[in-house]
Amino acid sequence: MKIVTICGAGIGSSGILKVNAERVLRKLDIQATVVAADIESIQEVAADAQVILTSAEFVDAIGATFADVIVVDNYFDTAELTTKLEAALG
Amino acid sequence: MPLPPLPESAIVIAAQAVDWRAAVTLAGDALARSGAARPEYAHEMIRMIEEHGPYVVIAPGLALAHARPGPEVLADGLSIVTLATPVSFGHPHNDPVNVVLGLAVVAPGEHLAAVAALANVFNDSHAIEELAAATTPAQVREIMGVAA
Repeated sequence: MKIVTICGAGIGSSGILKVNAERVLRKLDIQATVVAADIESIQEVAADAQVILTSAEFVDAIGATFADVIVVDNYFDTAELTTKLEAALG
Repeated sequence: MPLPPLPESAIVIAAQAVDWRAAVTLAGDALARSGAARPEYAHEMIRMIEEHGPYVVIAPGLALAHARPGPEVLADGLSIVTLATPVSFGHPHNDPVNVVLGLAVVAPGEHLAAVAALANVFNDSHAIEELAAATTPAQVREIMGVAA
């Protein structure tokens, strides 16, 4: 499974989301590749992704996709990430 | 790479900022003082927010200001600004902001270890309020777990 984290620069916030998503996935015992990317490369990077993790600001820019788009409010709240990833993947 | 060091010049405590642009500028100025970025990097960080919205407010009270690697970045660097009066970034959930981190990264592929270290610090939900309440650079470094 492929999960993409999206932010404006492809560093920083999407990196934090990637790191914390990997931590949560390990706890949930779910195998997935998590890739951090910037919004400009979304079409290319997320073409084969099952899940996109991002902020509310990028939902419109992500546009049409087959992936589940999950909006994360607090990037450091692994409980929020766990709940939302479980709901999308469970 | 672990978290970049936090010299005195990269820490600003209880600063006054009239709005989010002023707060991000303070974080950029601190990166310039510490030698991590050129002064223009502050404009790049502001431009990212103008272009994409307040997504840099990644947790309640905390903004992670950053822009892409580029000619304005001189070295990997981190700065921390705490605000005497919180400012609003226009974020739907995480306003107001009283701690602004400035992040400069030379190469995109190599920053994930530093970002993982940031996650280690802030996955503790008390870290933001502890930073906001810190009164000395030594306290800030202790919370962040980094050297000067």
